[in-house]
Amino acid sequence: MKTGTLKQILLITDGCSNQGEDPIAMAALAKEQGITVNVIGVMEQDVIDEQGMNEIEGIAMSGGGVSQVVYSQQLSQTVQMVTRKAMTQTLQGVVNKELQQILGGSKTMEDLPPDQRGEVMEVVDELGETVELEVLVLVDTSASMKHKLPTVKEALLDLSLSLNARSGDNRFSVFVFPGKKKDVEKLLDWTPNLESLTSIFSKLTTGGITPTGPAIHEALNHFKKKRSLRSLLSRDDESFFEESV
Amino acid sequence: MMMNHSLKSQCKVSPGTVIEGKWHRSRYTIIKELGYGANGIVYLAKNQNQQVALKMSDNGMSITSEVNVLKSFAKVQGSALGPSLLDVDDWERRSGKVSFYAMEYIQGPDLLTFIQQKGPSWTGVLIVQLLNDLDALHKAGWVFGDLKPDNLIVTGPPSRIRTIDVGGTTIQGRAIKEFTEFYDRGYWGLGTRKADPAYDLFAAAMILINTAYPKRFAKTTGDLKQLQMMVRQKKELLKYEDVILNALQGHYSSAGEMRNDMLQLTRANPAQRSTVSRNPGQTASPQPASRQMTRQKKQKGSFFETLLITFIVSLLYFLYIYGQLL
Repeated sequence: MKTGTLKQILLITDGCSNQGEDPIAMAALAKEQGITVNVIGVMEQDVIDEQGMNEIEGIAMSGGGVSQVVYSQQLSQTVQMVTRKAMTQTLQGVVNKELQQILGGSKTMEDLPPDQRGEVMEVVDELGETVELEVLVLVDTSASMKHKLPTVKEALLDLSLSLNARSGDNRFSVFVFPGKKKDVEKLLDWTPNLESLTSIFSKLTTGGITPTGPAIHEALNHFKKKRSLRSLLSRDDESFFEESV
Repeated sequence: MMMNHSLKSQCKVSPGTVIEGKWHRSRYTIIKELGYGANGIVYLAKNQNQQVALKMSDNGMSITSEVNVLKSFAKVQGSALGPSLLDVDDWERRSGKVSFYAMEYIQGPDLLTFIQQKGPSWTGVLIVQLLNDLDALHKAGWVFGDLKPDNLIVTGPPSRIRTIDVGGTTIQGRAIKEFTEFYDRGYWGLGTRKADPAYDLFAAAMILINTAYPKRFAKTTGDLKQLQMMVRQKKELLKYEDVILNALQGHYSSAGEMRNDMLQLTRANPAQRSTVSRNPGQTASPQPASRQMTRQKKQKGSFFETLLITFIVSLLYFLYIYGQLL
């Protein structure tokens, strides 16, 4: 089986978007391009309102990813868990597609008897360990997120620690929204580890609107840009496309 | 916590429910819920008058993954690594399919509860038992991963520590699948999350610390210094200080090594403890030889060995020459 690159957007937010395109539609667009969108809702003591909750679930659902709402203290563990879970989900989709080609029909891994399922699972595990991964992190820096940002930084450093324990390569990129002048601002270009975040994050200013939709849109372009640059170097850059999971 | 792809209600069942497997047709009657984890719910159930633990999850992947681990454990002879696997199957209900597996029911309190009931004199013995099991597990090519008191049950009598929940168990060399922050080397900035034996030994040392701080504690500076300070503040931990610090810094390459050091300390216990408890200010109580010291002794020993061999060989050579000359 050819291992391509898994592409994920990780959105960290605490509420509702209020400007620009519909983020759920943008997430659906991402999925069409083979990019999974995961969402983490960060709560303080208060609970996220129902509208925000629906948006969080909606984005992940149409983005083919995973969503979770947590208190900020649990953020680190959640961020790495959500990322890994989404990876497995996507890989399972890929393996299922292969299985369908072999077995025919709409058979998936879940339809196999438990014993054979175990063997297929080993393949998924192996892929999860070795596949290349690109995670674009989108951080909501609207006013209400201000005091949660140190925790977000910790969680991202922890994520790079977790993923860099794999033998496959990782690349991370970090965007914040709203940016200083534009809706979205690039904080960190593709890099294998997030160490450099520490210095940048402390200088962040928060405030203003929450343009979640435009942020996802911009993130998609960033994936594309990189890919076209890469194709110049004629590197095999096949990506996984999500099938029904 | 909410996860949009797993509806927790799916594998939530009430006592009395009968679960029948789709493939092997075994029937299980649910007795009660035993525990709740990130990857599913564990129930106590009955199958033909035998009590079993039944783990259910809507996430078939995690069930399959754990079954793989338990199956490979079964191949390791002569040791009980984790509960033994009895059955794997799917349960079809109207709302969808739920994957489950049945395993041996390991009955007893968890490690911290047990030590609170029976007293800290049990700590050393149980940790030594745990290190024995870990040694076998590591030799089989695995790392337990999510090692914590909740996953350690003390069965008996005779009291014996057993590991449950293999959700975090990872093949050596891969990235740790599942962990709990307090017991995680990466969280304290003392190493990577790559599965190696030392990862589990770090967790074992944190469990030792945890027995003296049942409520755990928050990360402040989050480094070796903080942990060292916490160890020094509890006299029941002080006697294990060397072992704990070695394990926290990854100085042990195998669980056996840590076990031996631990065993020395527990053996030297009774006399030593009385002196320590009488003068808690004096930490200069006679400690058994530290790891570095034993190594030095070994080096000295080998030096003498070499000398002796050289001497004997040259003696024989002289005898030979002498014989030739005659």
